[in-house]
Amino acid sequence: MKALRNFLDKVKPSFEEGGKFHAFRSVFDGFETFLFVPNTTAKRGSHIHDCNDSKRAMSMVVIALLPALLFGIYNVGFQHYLVNGEEASFWACFAFGLMVVLPKIVVSYLVGLGIEFIVAQFKGEEIHEGFLVSGLLIPMIVPVECPLWILAVATAFAVIFAKEVFGGTGYNIFNVALVTRAFLFFAYPTKMSGESVWVTTEPVLGIGSANSLVDGFTGATALGQAKGAEGTLETITNAVGEPISTMDMIIGLIPGSIGETSVIAIALGAIFLLWTGVASWKTILSIFVGGGVTAYLFNMWGANPIMQLPWYEHLLLGGFCFGAVFMATDPVTSPRTDGGKCIYGFLVGFFAVVIRCLGSYPEGMMLAILLMNLFTPLINYCYKQSNINRRLKRVANK
Amino acid sequence: MELFSKKNKEIFLSPLGLNNPVSVQVLGICSALAVTSKLEPALVMGLSVVIITAFSNVIISMLRKTIPNRIRIIVQLVVVATLVTIVSQVLKAFVYDVSVQLSVYVGLIITNCILMGRLEAFALQNGPWESFLDGVGNGLGYALILVIVAFFRELLGSGALLGFQVIPQCLYDAGYINNGLMVLPPMALIIMACIIWYQRAKNPELQEKSN
Repeated sequence: MKALRNFLDKVKPSFEEGGKFHAFRSVFDGFETFLFVPNTTAKRGSHIHDCNDSKRAMSMVVIALLPALLFGIYNVGFQHYLVNGEEASFWACFAFGLMVVLPKIVVSYLVGLGIEFIVAQFKGEEIHEGFLVSGLLIPMIVPVECPLWILAVATAFAVIFAKEVFGGTGYNIFNVALVTRAFLFFAYPTKMSGESVWVTTEPVLGIGSANSLVDGFTGATALGQAKGAEGTLETITNAVGEPISTMDMIIGLIPGSIGETSVIAIALGAIFLLWTGVASWKTILSIFVGGGVTAYLFNMWGANPIMQLPWYEHLLLGGFCFGAVFMATDPVTSPRTDGGKCIYGFLVGFFAVVIRCLGSYPEGMMLAILLMNLFTPLINYCYKQSNINRRLKRVANK
Repeated sequence: MELFSKKNKEIFLSPLGLNNPVSVQVLGICSALAVTSKLEPALVMGLSVVIITAFSNVIISMLRKTIPNRIRIIVQLVVVATLVTIVSQVLKAFVYDVSVQLSVYVGLIITNCILMGRLEAFALQNGPWESFLDGVGNGLGYALILVIVAFFRELLGSGALLGFQVIPQCLYDAGYINNGLMVLPPMALIIMACIIWYQRAKNPELQEKSN
C-alpha cells in the first residue's frame, strides 16, 4: 500500500500542468482517486451522506455483483456441456464460461471507459466513476451468444446518448446498462431473443465440447417459453427438454442472460448491498410486493399462458431479481425520498408484470425500470413539494 | 431592382444554414420522423415541400395587399390546400408507390408549421420574387435535413440507398447485421439531434448563453 502511494506521489508531477504526460491527466486522476480516497472535499453546498465517496460506493456494487457473475460464468459452461450431452467437471464448465464471458467484459469496459476518458479529457474534468458498475452490468444482462461488435456499438450508444449528453455520471436520467440492453433488444432482436442465443453450442478457441447437439435441444428461456406457449401454460423445460421446478429457478442452472439466472447468487449480492447501505431495502421490497401482487391478480384472470405462470415464478424468472437488486436501486435514477422509493418500487414491479402479461415482449423488467426512471424526477418533486406544503401549513396554524 | 442582390442571396441561403427551419427553428419534426426511413420517400417529400412553399409564398405575396387581415389564415389555408391537393394528385399519377409510402404525410403538409410560418412571417410583408426565393430556400432547408436523416437511416437500417444494396454481401456473411432500431422512428430523432449538436458545435452564435 505504502509503496503504491509513494509511486503515485513520485509520478504525479509529470501529469500536472506543464508535465510530460499532461495529456493523460484525467486518466491518472481517475486511477489515483480509485486507489486512494482523495484529500479534497466538495467546496460548496452540503453533499455529506456518509464517509464514503461515490468511487467507494461503486466498488461495493462491483463486489456485490461478483457472486452472480461467477455463477453466470459457470452456468454458461454448464449449459454448453448439457446441450452437447457431455459430462464435464466444475472447472471445465467454469473455464469454458470464462472464455465466453471475459471478452464481453473486456469489450464493455474498453469501449465505455474509452469514451469516458476521451470526454473527460476533452472537457477538462475528472473521470466519472459511474461506468465502473455499468461496465460490469452490461455483459451480465446480455445473452451469451451476443456478438462482441454489437455489444461495443450498444455500449458506445448508451454511454454517449444516455449519459454523456446529459452531463455524465449523476445526471443521467436512465440507467446506462439498461439503455444498452434496450438498444440491443430493439436494434438487433435476432441476437437478443428467440431460441438460439441463450446457450453457446459451438466450442470457443478449441475449448468446449465437440459432440453434436442432443435431441430435443431448445434454447428458449423459461419466460420465453411461457410467453410463446399457445393456449394454456405447458411444462417449462430446460435446454434439453427436462421439466424444471421452482427450485431449479432459484438455483439458476437454466438458460438466460449471463448474470440473471441464479436467485441465490443475486440474494448474496443483495445482502451485501443492504449491509453496506448502498442499496435501499425499501426499493427492493416494494418491487417484489408490486410484482407479486400484480402477478397474483393476473393468475386469477389467467387469460393467456404467461398470466397462468404462478406469481412466485414471475418473481424468479426473466431477470426480475437482478433488475430489482442491481438496476432499480441505482442511486442516480431512483428517487431520493423514502416514500418515493416505495412508490417507485411498487410501480416497477407492477409494470414489469403488466408488460410481460399484456405486451408483446417477455421483456418486462427492463422496460418497467426504464419507464420508472423517467418518472423519478417527478416522484422526487412531488414528495418534496408535499413536505414543504405540510410544513407551511404547520407554520400557518401556529 | 436586382434579381440576385446580396439581400436576396441571404434570403435564399440562410434557411439552408444558420436559420434552418428544422435544425434551428425545430419545425416540421413530425413529418421528418415519419417519412425518413428510406431515402426515396424523403427526396419526394422534400421536393413536394419545396414546390408547395415556393408557390404558396408567391401567391400569398401577390395577394397580400388585397387579403383582409382578419381572414388571412383562411385564405392562406385555401391556397396551401389547393397546392397540396395538386401535388398529391401528381404523385398518385406518376409515382404511385412512393405516394403510398408517404400516405397521409403529403396531405399533412397543409398543417406543416414551416409553411404557415413562412406565409405569416415573410410572404405577407415581401414581394413575390423575394417570397419565391424564401419559399425555395426554406423548402430546401427542410429537404436537406430529411435527406441527411434518411441517408443514415436507410444505410444503417436496411444496408441500402434508394433501394440498391450498398453494404456488400461479404460483410453480412462475416456477421454484420442491419440495425433494426434505425427503421423505427426514435432513431430519426437521435440522428436529428446529432445534426443539431454538430451544427451548434460549429456555430457558437447558435448556442444559448449558459447562466
